Amino acid sequence: MCGIIGLLIKPESKRSQLGEWVTPMMDCMGDRGPDSAGLAVFSPVGDGPLRRFSLFCGRPGFDWTELGKAFERDTACEADLSAIENHGRLVSPIAPERLEEWLSREFPSVHLLSTGRSIEVYKDEGHPAEIAERYGFAGLAASHCVGHTRMATESAVSPAHAHPFTAGEDFCLVHNGSLSNPWSLRRRLQKRGVDFETDNDTEAACRFLEWRMREGESLEDALKAAFIELDGFYTLLMATAEKLVLVRDAFACKPAVVAETEDYVAVSSEFRSLAHLPGIRSAELFEPVPEEIYSWSL
Amino acid sequence: MESVAPASVDLQKLSVRQLNHFLHHEIGATSPSRVEILNPNGLHNIAVGLDAPVQVDVRGHAGYFLGGMNRQARIVVHGNVGWSVGENMMSGEVRVKGFASQCAGASAHGGLLFIEGSASSRCGISLKGGDIVVGGHVGHMSAFMAQAGHLVVCGDAGAGLGDSLYEAVIYVRGKIHSLGADAREEPMSECDYDKVGILLSRTGLDWSPREFKRVASAKTLYHWNVDADQEY
Repeated sequence: MCGIIGLLIKPESKRSQLGEWVTPMMDCMGDRGPDSAGLAVFSPVGDGPLRRFSLFCGRPGFDWTELGKAFERDTACEADLSAIENHGRLVSPIAPERLEEWLSREFPSVHLLSTGRSIEVYKDEGHPAEIAERYGFAGLAASHCVGHTRMATESAVSPAHAHPFTAGEDFCLVHNGSLSNPWSLRRRLQKRGVDFETDNDTEAACRFLEWRMREGESLEDALKAAFIELDGFYTLLMATAEKLVLVRDAFACKPAVVAETEDYVAVSSEFRSLAHLPGIRSAELFEPVPEEIYSWSL
Repeated sequence: MESVAPASVDLQKLSVRQLNHFLHHEIGATSPSRVEILNPNGLHNIAVGLDAPVQVDVRGHAGYFLGGMNRQARIVVHGNVGWSVGENMMSGEVRVKGFASQCAGASAHGGLLFIEGSASSRCGISLKGGDIVVGGHVGHMSAFMAQAGHLVVCGDAGAGLGDSLYEAVIYVRGKIHSLGADAREEPMSECDYDKVGILLSRTGLDWSPREFKRVASAKTLYHWNVDADQEY
């Protein structure tokens, strides 16, 4: 089944409330996806060459401080490392390829979840309400976010198989549905040098879109190609540093509802997870139609 | 009926299960025949399986299966509804002031479902004798395999309208994006104008029945055709 959620807060003055507004959305959609969850939040890391890297290590008691020290020693790059449970956040001017290469050599059990100047991704196994509590989602401040609650149907339950999936920088995607042709899509992308980390169908869609964007297309044009190339059921919610984008496939079997007020745009699989939002009674509500691209920019 | 003070049920205080238990077992000759439901907040299965001549007002947006299997009751939703409103209803009336998500009135055997706004895909799928009036548009594959009853669409109809229809009849005032397999447009008869007029007057909509087109089954799928090109 799976649940998807997204929130974009329009006035800067209210972005400190993102976590408080989105956490009940995720708790509620735990009914649709109780086995794992994830959240991608966007807030600029600052000017200059700094990037934020989200890291994950499922090994209990993993010593993040040790990783930070080793990083500075080996790479001679500045590092601002903070960690909570399985999640590490590294802010550094290091080039992403260099970090990946260093991680796979020195800390192969640590996975790089996201890279960018705005994105941060949390994901883990367990009930979404528990995960939100574990990582303090209620305290997060950001301009926008997308989240997912998973009920696995086609590949393993693991933190790596949880959504959001990321590819490239400052791009992520969550998916409700299942694709029928992820393997043929993967084979075509692999021939063009695109690497995969899991056997999950959603990863194929995510990497397909990022590859098209890297080739010069806008996300919207990449989605028009996806309407032709992706076979299967999907409601996809995506985010970049600047926007939220939502589409449903031609059959529109997987639900979505959008609520918009002057303060926010909220997207969810079901209205009941939006019912607590301020001003929801007077929000403009609609159900997105099949194969239409909905995009909201900051 | 209107003179009785309504019983009020707040779904922030009671569960849907408790509400439905109350509606099933405590609504009788001596109980209030009007019930108001507060804070529906998109919850599923509100007022499902009623079998009493009660008026139910739902003050807000409801989730999936609102008023499913309804008998006798008149349910008004002052908001939007999710999937499958009035699914399998037998009699009575369900009225939605806002919009409805997919499969509105699926398999309804009787009664009237009135969506004041638009209904999305598969509205009236497998309709079995109920009447559905939609004030706005309907989405793709509406009235798919509908067997009996009527679907009146005051706006436009999406792709594949009436695919594999049996004996249900569809009336559309606006544009039809495309007809499904075996559905065809037919001339309106005086009986059709009367039927549309009666249903519109029951909903309070004042369109002229003369503005509607009739879509019904061409019945070419009723019998196996050995000469047909069997390529699928």
